[in-house]
Amino acid sequence: LIHFYKREMPFKKFVEIGRVAMLNQGPDAGKIAAIVNVIDQNRVLIDGPTSGVLRQAYPIKQLHLTPLRVKFAFNAKTKVVRKEMESEKVQESWDSSNWAKRMALKSKRDGLNDFDRFKLRKAKSARNKIVAKALNTKKRQLRKAGKI
Amino acid sequence: MRAKGTLREFRVIGRKMPTENEPETPLYRMRIFAPDAVVAKSRFWYFLRQLRKFKKTTGEIVSVEEIKERKPLQIKNFGIWLRYDSRSGTHNMYREYRDLTVSGAITQCYRDMGARHRARAHSIQIIRCEPVAASKCRRPLVQQMHDSKIKFPLPCRVQKQGGRLVKANRPGTYFQ
Repeated sequence: LIHFYKREMPFKKFVEIGRVAMLNQGPDAGKIAAIVNVIDQNRVLIDGPTSGVLRQAYPIKQLHLTPLRVKFAFNAKTKVVRKEMESEKVQESWDSSNWAKRMALKSKRDGLNDFDRFKLRKAKSARNKIVAKALNTKKRQLRKAGKI
Repeated sequence: MRAKGTLREFRVIGRKMPTENEPETPLYRMRIFAPDAVVAKSRFWYFLRQLRKFKKTTGEIVSVEEIKERKPLQIKNFGIWLRYDSRSGTHNMYREYRDLTVSGAITQCYRDMGARHRARAHSIQIIRCEPVAASKCRRPLVQQMHDSKIKFPLPCRVQKQGGRLVKANRPGTYFQ
């Protein structure tokens, strides 16, 4: 038997036409855009019509590639990019992804005022009390039954 | 010249001052890449002095216009013909850059010449800058981008330390 092993690339995300990336820096930080074409080693042409990112050159170093990918030809017009992104529901899949949710949560946490932090503390404490109570009753039961 | 920031393209038109012998003097136009209009005018006189028999004192600049890129969202391959002074002589060169605008490509050229040949901006003369069709490009660094299905990973992502001198944990380079 001859086994042909498929060569596994350790990389799952590539800089390619249609790759959706998140912008890390600049006024559009946090928004997603699709890669329309590659300018050179360090820059790509991106376009994010569904998130309000204008078509522009962007440094690869400030991009964060996502697992999402859209299919369109290189240098496709913004109209075409928008149509593809909307039909693939890219903005929805991004917004519902854990990554975007964590980012939103982090920005929310950073924007808390003192009163919010007080409320957070009280809510955490209340939740932990419930969890601890349930855990300890379960522990006591098991200890009584000799299981632990 | 100091090639400060991104250079801008200017169209400078000048002529020799008309005299009684020569009431109508021809206009000369140049495509100058400079950081601002003041330097553009200066460079215009620098080149014109070398090419024609009049200078700033005997001539006048008729107009200086900044030329914006016609299609700033279209990626182009720019061929730049230039002449520069090295430490031991002066040479011609042809270089290629991939950019969205002419000014961007010329700025890249100045930076590149400084890096690779230690050529200062004042010793570089741009002879010609034209967008080149992809099939006519000669430099492999530019040709490697001519792939309609271009695809490459980001194998080693080095992140800046954010100003910190010492890090608590060993930095990783695998992240996409």
